[in-house]
Amino acid sequence: MGAIRTLRNAPLVLFGLIWLLIAGVPFYFMVITAFKGRFELMAGGSVFAFPQNPTFDNFRDVLTSGTFFNYLLNSVIIVSVSVALILLFSSMASYVFARIPFRLNSTLFSLIIAGLVIPLHVTLIPVYLLTRNLGLYDSLWALLGPYVAFNLPISIFILTEFMRQIPRELEDAARIDGAGPMMTFFRIMLPLSKPGLATLAIYNAVVLWNEFVFAFVLILTPQNRPLPLAIWEYQGQYSMNIPAIMAVLTLSALPLIVVYIFGQERVLKGMMAGALK
Amino acid sequence: MDTTTAAAERGITRATRRKLPGWNEYTPTIILFLLPTLVFMVLFVVWPIINSFELSLYQWNGISPTRDYIGLNNWTRLISDRVFWKAFGNNLIVVVLSIAVQMPLALLLAIMLERTTNLVVARFLKTVYFFPMLMSSVAIGILFKYIYDPSFGPLSQALKALGLASLNRQWLGDPGIVLYSIIAVICWQYIPFYMILFLAALTGIPEDLRDAARIDGANEGQYYRYIAVPIISGTLRTAVVLSLIGSLKYFDLIWVMSEGGPNNASELMATYMYKKAFPSFEMGYGSTVASALFLIVMGVGLITMKLTRRFETKV
Repeated sequence: MGAIRTLRNAPLVLFGLIWLLIAGVPFYFMVITAFKGRFELMAGGSVFAFPQNPTFDNFRDVLTSGTFFNYLLNSVIIVSVSVALILLFSSMASYVFARIPFRLNSTLFSLIIAGLVIPLHVTLIPVYLLTRNLGLYDSLWALLGPYVAFNLPISIFILTEFMRQIPRELEDAARIDGAGPMMTFFRIMLPLSKPGLATLAIYNAVVLWNEFVFAFVLILTPQNRPLPLAIWEYQGQYSMNIPAIMAVLTLSALPLIVVYIFGQERVLKGMMAGALK
Repeated sequence: MDTTTAAAERGITRATRRKLPGWNEYTPTIILFLLPTLVFMVLFVVWPIINSFELSLYQWNGISPTRDYIGLNNWTRLISDRVFWKAFGNNLIVVVLSIAVQMPLALLLAIMLERTTNLVVARFLKTVYFFPMLMSSVAIGILFKYIYDPSFGPLSQALKALGLASLNRQWLGDPGIVLYSIIAVICWQYIPFYMILFLAALTGIPEDLRDAARIDGANEGQYYRYIAVPIISGTLRTAVVLSLIGSLKYFDLIWVMSEGGPNNASELMATYMYKKAFPSFEMGYGSTVASALFLIVMGVGLITMKLTRRFETKV
């Protein structure tokens, strides 16, 4: 019976292994090349072969050139500030939508949710002009407005659903004890929403960490650009030094991959947040 | 104590039932809590969309202090702009191929992972499968530029090793295939996303159903075909809509790998808009392309929502 089941599974498993190759080989090529000497690749020989003399030189060059950490820091700053604001604003708005009945409640909610389908690129030109007028053009902070605004609809959508499912008993009790709506929000709703907020934090952090278009258009000076753009710069800087470029790619992918390996279920849940419900 | 509870309850029900239009104890909270969201949304989403349509009526290089009102000239230009329609057609190719390739492969992978959950290998597979979703599009684009390199890239080397050297092409340089080369990478990047989405839906199906199907004599294949897949059709529909809208506004990988070239062969509406507005300093015409993109995506979005909803009631 077991053997038969295994046999019947065989085509599927074979497909799984083929996909492992398709998904894995590009990463294998990237990492293995990053450890090769600059001329080893040019000398012919298989690109899939292990490095003859594995070297950390490429990583050292990238890390000590000084700019890599600068880009990394830019990414950490803009992503963490944006995510913090997104969580704060969306939890405030979601509390109103989930708990306070007022005349425009569902109208406003639907309008904000409509933001989910809007193609962001439409706003690129006006946001560029606006950023220039605000004097923010070419600085890291130019990204803050668009980053927060574009992720509010999905965050409010998810968090409102989440808050609606929190039982009302605690709030009612707090109310009887004389707590107003604000106090109820900070003391009760916010702590109870922690799991929802964690999911949202991961989702938004991954999306923003990899964001490209706005960073590309709104920031010109390399030193002010976040990490995805750094890769773009390095590509020009190292042009034909493929091992060095592969080292940059490996280093830039590393933070998320490490986080993912340690918190797989959480990351998966967070990344699916945008699609589930 | 009892009276206060009753009073509080009456307060809540009154507020709920009558939805008082005037000022009440919640009003300050409503205003204060919605204000940040509304400010950001109006400033960075609503106003830019309106502004985009307004700019589409002007000829402007984005720098000079004056701009010329030219009415609907940009729109008539758009309608006869061969490159725009080429880009629109390319977007449609991305839509169709994304859905046709990603959905079945992602579903098969999800089924494979669900059937092998008990094996340690499955955990490993799932981990590796998901890696592409964790890389930025820029990193993926640059990586695949090297993988596609016709002289020393891994793809050409692998083809040579397999004795298929004759299949080697200028993957990103040949106008006839550049779009398909990039679509392959788009699929590579997004299949893991849909795979995990489908896997979550499949594992959410109660075990009883599978047991019941088995008792009724259904084999695994029949279980998936007649029971599991119909049950998760809601998720499949969500995935199709996500993929559809995502493909219509696609930009990243195309821009990194080919910049829409060679000779507009892989141009999409979004890359064309960028090119017009920024490198060519045609803010007015760029805004026209942006507005058209907006109308197309919203239109398609509305139609699919209507269609899928009708479909839903029928089933």
